[in-house]
Amino acid sequence: MKKGAGLSVYAILYLVFLYAPIAILPVFAFNNSQVVAFPLKGFTTQWFGEMWADANLRSALFRSLVIAFSSASIATILGLFAARASVRYNFPGKTPAMGLIMLPMVLPDIVVAMALLIVLLSLSVPLSMLTIILGHVLLCMPFAVAILTSAFQSLDKSLEEAALDLGETRAATFRLIILPLVMPGIIASFLICFTISIDEFVLANFLGSGKPVLSVYIFGQFRFPAKVPSMLALGTILVLFSIILLAFAEYMRRRGIAKAGGKDSGGFL
Amino acid sequence: MIEFKDVHKYYGDYHALRGINGTIKAGEFFSLLGPSGCGKTTLLRTIAGFEDISSGVIMIDGKDMATVAANTRPTNMVFQSYAIFPHMSVAENVGFGLRKDPRSKEEKAKAVAEALEMVGLKGYGGRAAHALSGGQRQRVALARALILKPKVLLLDEPLSALDKKMREHMQVELIKLQRQVGITFILVTHDQEEALVMSDRIAVMFEGEIAQLADPETLYRRPNSKKVADFIGTMNFIPATVLSESGDKVEVDAKGLGRVTIDASMAPPAKGETPVVGLRPETLTLLYDDQKASERETEGLIDEVIYFGDMTYYDVYLGGTDVEVRLSMRNVPGRPVLEVGTKVRVAWSPSALVLFR
Repeated sequence: MKKGAGLSVYAILYLVFLYAPIAILPVFAFNNSQVVAFPLKGFTTQWFGEMWADANLRSALFRSLVIAFSSASIATILGLFAARASVRYNFPGKTPAMGLIMLPMVLPDIVVAMALLIVLLSLSVPLSMLTIILGHVLLCMPFAVAILTSAFQSLDKSLEEAALDLGETRAATFRLIILPLVMPGIIASFLICFTISIDEFVLANFLGSGKPVLSVYIFGQFRFPAKVPSMLALGTILVLFSIILLAFAEYMRRRGIAKAGGKDSGGFL
Repeated sequence: MIEFKDVHKYYGDYHALRGINGTIKAGEFFSLLGPSGCGKTTLLRTIAGFEDISSGVIMIDGKDMATVAANTRPTNMVFQSYAIFPHMSVAENVGFGLRKDPRSKEEKAKAVAEALEMVGLKGYGGRAAHALSGGQRQRVALARALILKPKVLLLDEPLSALDKKMREHMQVELIKLQRQVGITFILVTHDQEEALVMSDRIAVMFEGEIAQLADPETLYRRPNSKKVADFIGTMNFIPATVLSESGDKVEVDAKGLGRVTIDASMAPPAKGETPVVGLRPETLTLLYDDQKASERETEGLIDEVIYFGDMTYYDVYLGGTDVEVRLSMRNVPGRPVLEVGTKVRVAWSPSALVLFR
């Protein structure tokens, strides 16, 4: 046996284990049967039609889009400040501050969700889309900061000094030099945060009011066997949508680094 | 004209500039030379206004710069990384400083074209900045700074990113350009050869202080300390003892060379160090059998031969002692390169000796 063949087999099995369940989604989304089981019965697009006819699903989707757009915008703007500060300035407590910003990435969502719920209830803040947005901003911040930090790091400091040296004000320097060069990073950050928010379940479930967002609605529908195939159809669309968004985000990030003349120091993806 | 009066700069506890005094004349090519960390770049950045000074005064044409922000100083800078804006074309880069200029669009375009022509990039205006080579980037950076007609052009190690051939070529181009525009150039470099080639005057800096401020020839031939002598070119140091002293005449016994009288008025002031005499490699000459020394000569033994093509460097033990000096000979036709172990006679001149004590 060739050296390392065992490892190749292991790697292939690992990837199958990781992605086969996702590949099941489109397979059964187009299967002409209510029962999710092999053998397949035939091709149909019935479930996609059924899914779209569901008014509750459409309003859940709308809520999710509003939440995702809001939290991605807020997280990216806040991330811009944090990333700029961490790359360009030194201040007391910088390391712990950055550490605390990045912490939600590794904290269990359930812990964050419980803690936030207790705080919100004790402050008698009514649960609404706003509370979900606040929770999602917390979750998205580490990703926004990571992406934007990489964008700022690849920006040569002397570019700013050159603009100042040539007579521009600090504000004009930011607008004419910094913003255009980190714009791809800003777009990448927005798209990643959007993706994270739209399929997030735990916080959306804990911090939401009675009106479910998409992920919570989907979970609820799994109680009704007749609804499962149309949920698989929805899942198929979401997978496709996520892949497109993430690919575009990574493309923008790489383009940003190339544009700023830097070297790619390892992708986010 | 730029004047420094007791300029200090602290970064926290670190004392980066330790009392800089001096004057840079209008229209001269001035270099700040020193090893990395000596404060030369910091000093340049204080002139540009990118760094505040902790105490002291920097004046440009008699005006105190303390309250003048970087974007309104009459200086422009060529950065080490060139800092070409990567998202703009060459013409947009060069014309960047003209944004607030009241002139018409056509006049500005003409100014940009002229600036590009001056640095030898005629017709490059439409190119994307990120598609340029290192040498071209540098020219764009020069054009971008010079288009604003600053009183002073600051150059932060502008040649360090170029290969040797290109660097030597740009050295000459920069000298020509400086003569053409006639403004003050201040160059930061760690390359002593570059500083000697390009400058009217050089400030050699060590550890936040100017060790010597002089023209290249004085710096090379009459360094005011062992440290400067060692940093600029190659200097042989020979241990010596002072025998007698009368007026400007100091008689020393230099190991391997013997007794020699040195003119102390040409030597740096005594610092109380152990006396040594310094001798540049080219002031020592190997004599051939039929040649006689015009002044003094000493027996020697070749210990090492380093062949450079146009030159050969010989490391030679002097006068049967363990004192070894390096000397350089031009490889002219009819003069063979000698071998290790050859006994030679070395000619030298007392006036070329620099006494450090």
